[in-house]
Amino acid sequence: MTAVITVPPSLDDKSFEHVLEQLAAQPEDAKIIVDARHCTFGTPYGLTAMLTLGQARAERATFLPPIDGNVSTYWSRAGFFRYAEELFDIQGSVPRVRSTDEGDKLLGITPIAAAADVHLVVERIAEQARHILTTRLKLEPKAQMGFTMALSETVQNIVDHAGRPGWVMAQAYQYRQRLAGRWVAEIVVCDPGMGFRRSLEMGNRRPITDRWGDGLALETALVQGVSRFPEAGRGQGLKGTRGYIGRRNGKLTIRSGTARIGLIPTWDDSVPLQENMPYFPGAQLRVIIPGELAGGTP
Amino acid sequence: MTRIDVGSVLRNSANLPYRNLVTRSTGAAVRQCIELELAALPADETATLDFSQIGMMDFSCADEIVAKLLLDPPQGAPARTCGGVIFHGITDHHLEAIEDVLHHHGLAMVVHFADGGARLVGAVNDDERSIWDVVYATGGTSTQALADRAGRDLAEVQQVLELLHSRRLVRQAETGYHPLGTLQ
Repeated sequence: MTAVITVPPSLDDKSFEHVLEQLAAQPEDAKIIVDARHCTFGTPYGLTAMLTLGQARAERATFLPPIDGNVSTYWSRAGFFRYAEELFDIQGSVPRVRSTDEGDKLLGITPIAAAADVHLVVERIAEQARHILTTRLKLEPKAQMGFTMALSETVQNIVDHAGRPGWVMAQAYQYRQRLAGRWVAEIVVCDPGMGFRRSLEMGNRRPITDRWGDGLALETALVQGVSRFPEAGRGQGLKGTRGYIGRRNGKLTIRSGTARIGLIPTWDDSVPLQENMPYFPGAQLRVIIPGELAGGTP
Repeated sequence: MTRIDVGSVLRNSANLPYRNLVTRSTGAAVRQCIELELAALPADETATLDFSQIGMMDFSCADEIVAKLLLDPPQGAPARTCGGVIFHGITDHHLEAIEDVLHHHGLAMVVHFADGGARLVGAVNDDERSIWDVVYATGGTSTQALADRAGRDLAEVQQVLELLHSRRLVRQAETGYHPLGTLQ
């Protein structure tokens, strides 16, 4: 039997959970149709998580693209369909675009499989993003460098820990729901790999406790800076990134398995740790860096 | 003093066509090449690692290159023979990651900045920093002269200098303690 998974009209980090709730009832090898026909909006998280979903299915899923031409054109420009075609059976036509460059996109959807891909995204961001980070977010060069470092470290998480290829996308936009429409830069990194819990278990780095699970694994990695590698310097990347995000009054969330942990700034009301969520393999990281306020306060 | 151009090591010795030091594997490849060059130096030679041609460095690379070059070699690995390492061409673009990993490991390093000044970067206390500043300001002299210049007790200053020497932040000679290298 084929199950239809309905994509909400607005596909973002919150509404993607509705997709996962529908999927939770289906075995991994079940035939599914992902129906995005009535989707009118997709965030970087929504698009990269959807590709991750396609990777994670044992049975190739069918994908019905948005009917709205503007929406599917935007998704094409972000690079979504170029990669979705390799992961889904796409039914219906999708717009062909010559270039994935567009306005305030800092980095279109980019596959990450090896260290060379990390170099590629860092060099691309350095070339493409400086203008937007300077003029829209008004970040001084040191803060821009921190942004690139955060990008590098979060993307490396795929190479060092996931065991499977993943995706990155970065975008700048005016955050109208929060921060009174201030410009922010967002990085999303998604993979369908082994996730934080299994990574720590593989390195024999799990703490001895009855509480062990995805939530505690995320806490162990993000808050205590523990990596699956026992060397003293490992785990520095995520720790340093956390420090940069904290100094910039930014937001970091990591979802892995059945839990999500967050470094939550005062302008957001998300819970710091959420457990017992629908299972989704791998890790999904989201970073939001607010631009400067007048007067230089982040 | 031997100068090692880290940008050139990245592109030529490690054969990686980039100008940014990112990813742990890149850092490990570059460090191994630098270690080979350092191993070939005489015991009293100070090396300058020049980062002028490096765009940015992330936390992983800073840990893999800077911290591991300053840490004692792992058990079984050959001991470091050269007299010390100075860092040159370090900018704000590198400092955030470097300071983070140095503090994590409790390490410090000598940086010669483009403006001609030298500074200790990393995990050092006020005592170590002030005595180190005196060593650099004098260009190196006897412990007694350094204590006089600092206006401090000789035994205290001796203790701090020994600590700085054991951390490879100053050179020890028959005449006293000296900076690792000459400011250019």
